[in-house]
Amino acid sequence: MPPPSSPLFVRNLRKVYGDVLAVDGLDLEVLPGECFGLLGPNGAGKTTTIEICEGLTPPDAGEVVVLGRRWGRDDAQLRELLGISLQETQFSEKLTVGETIQLFRSFYRKGPHPDRVIEMVQLQEKAGARVGQLSGGQKQRLALACALVGDPQLLFLDEPTTGLDPQSRRQLWDLIEQFRSGGRSILLTTHYMEEAEHLCDRVAIVDHGRVIALGTPRELVASLRAEHVLEFAVSDTDQVDERTLAALEGVCSATRRDGSYRLQVEELHRTVPALVAELRRQGAQLSELRTHSASLEDVFVTLTGRHLRDE
Amino acid sequence: MTSSGPGWYRHPLVQLTLVRYREFFREPEAVFWVFIFPILLTAGLGIAFRRTAPERTPIAVVGSTPGTGELLQALRQDSSLKVQALDDSAATDSVRTGRVALVVRSLGPGMVQYEYDSERPESRTTRLAVDEAVQRAGGQRQAVRVSERKISERGSRYVDFVVPGLLGMNLMGSGIWGLGFAIVDARRKRLLKRLVATPMSRVQYLTSFVLSRLTLLIIEVVLLLGFAVVAFNVPIRGSLLLLVMVCVLSSLAFTALGLLIASRAKTVEGVSGLMNLVMLPMWIFSGVFFSASRFPDAIQPLIQVLPLTAVVDALRATMLQGVGPGRLLPELAIISGWLAVSFLLSLKLFRWR
Repeated sequence: MPPPSSPLFVRNLRKVYGDVLAVDGLDLEVLPGECFGLLGPNGAGKTTTIEICEGLTPPDAGEVVVLGRRWGRDDAQLRELLGISLQETQFSEKLTVGETIQLFRSFYRKGPHPDRVIEMVQLQEKAGARVGQLSGGQKQRLALACALVGDPQLLFLDEPTTGLDPQSRRQLWDLIEQFRSGGRSILLTTHYMEEAEHLCDRVAIVDHGRVIALGTPRELVASLRAEHVLEFAVSDTDQVDERTLAALEGVCSATRRDGSYRLQVEELHRTVPALVAELRRQGAQLSELRTHSASLEDVFVTLTGRHLRDE
Repeated sequence: MTSSGPGWYRHPLVQLTLVRYREFFREPEAVFWVFIFPILLTAGLGIAFRRTAPERTPIAVVGSTPGTGELLQALRQDSSLKVQALDDSAATDSVRTGRVALVVRSLGPGMVQYEYDSERPESRTTRLAVDEAVQRAGGQRQAVRVSERKISERGSRYVDFVVPGLLGMNLMGSGIWGLGFAIVDARRKRLLKRLVATPMSRVQYLTSFVLSRLTLLIIEVVLLLGFAVVAFNVPIRGSLLLLVMVCVLSSLAFTALGLLIASRAKTVEGVSGLMNLVMLPMWIFSGVFFSASRFPDAIQPLIQVLPLTAVVDALRATMLQGVGPGRLLPELAIISGWLAVSFLLSLKLFRWR
């Protein structure tokens, strides 16, 4: 049995659509007061997983315990306790913001006054405006408001900031952090590593329907055992021996992809001179050199050889 | 800012029904098609087919032979004819272009020739009237004594026939369109899925459609029948209560049919096609604009079980013949059958996502 205190407990979840294995034996546990992120590329099975947890999609196999209750048995209770924001819900454009929130509020027995919810998502000035006139960020805040009207114990957010400009994204992050600071738990999906790093206490990196890494953003980045990533390309020769690169001072690992090289590096100031000397020795001319601090994106690249957003 | 309002206002069923009104009245096109268009259609048909004194049919007389004068005089005594004397080529031209229905040529005393297009019903009728006048002037006597009794009664005019038909058609259209588009649109926008992720009762969601439909129905029926009674003096001979019951039952049946049509469709285009597929046969066969009995006997059983046929027949019987509920049992049974079958099927088939 799962620990009774955990708001969400998922064990060995499976879901198949036709011949596509969407979720393949996925485990996760959200702890009380925690913001937990499912990070992965499009098609990794994040939305299927969160919709199974929301009771909207039945799983093919596996165990899901939400707030100590189970779907199929305690649905009516669970609906009262959960706040849900789906990917790409369009609310009726002819209703005003206030009318939409009032409608959703009417479905719940308990919860804050609609005006209070409008304040929480900072839409006071738009309360009387038709939904059709809202910007993308305002629509996402309305979606968040509709998830908050029932004063939920657990909040599910499926890609809450996809498609938003950086400013609207930051505003939404602030609102999500406010909710978490009230002591309640959040499960969110995202394919933005900045979002996962900024918001989540713990992150599960998901690929092909499985969790391939789990931990705090800091732990995950630390698992690379390298604080920096160095990428370079050479123009004169097409081959630089990878083994010689891996042997350079301060390099943890070296990989080559599409004609460019990628080194995970502990101490940049030692590695760069060594790299330049080695390339000169092999007679290669440096045509490109970039470095950045290691991030969740690099964790994903290291684990899968692909990028989170292949654009 | 919004306010919570009194307790009843916070009830989900009230809120859901308010959403239906808001979405409807904030869509000017919908208001036009449901409320205004049927009135315009009634006005148009009522005026086009209004009963007026029969017009005089234009004919031409040609001839310079003796006896043409008597012929002209005899024809001018017939009040249904408008006689003009023309020369030969002008007359031929006029009958060919339809400006006159028939040309009478005087070929000499006691001899005439009729020139007309035998395909034109008006010309054939005119030939009978002209021939009667010509023969009487020639001295023919009636062999049988005939007396005539003419009727012109409220309820037998075309407008009286067509108003119940239009009312039935409108009940069908607003029931099927009102529900079909709203539900499929909500499904397409994933709003249905979002709603079932709340504690909302699914029964209350569907009930809100029925409630809003029934209240809008009152406006719809009162406007259309009110206009027909005031502008065209269309009779309502049966009991108003029975008429209201027929309207409510019909509206429920068409709403259920709309629910069935919308139960699976995922796109507005898809549901539009389905709705037209369902409604088109009824627009044609159910006797809205002309009597359904004009269609061949072989397909009559099919026509009679169409919901709109039963609705239009029941409305006509109530309004024009003033029959009691007992005589309407077959129609009411058909309408109730459609209501029950559509509703139960849609409960089985309906997809919330």
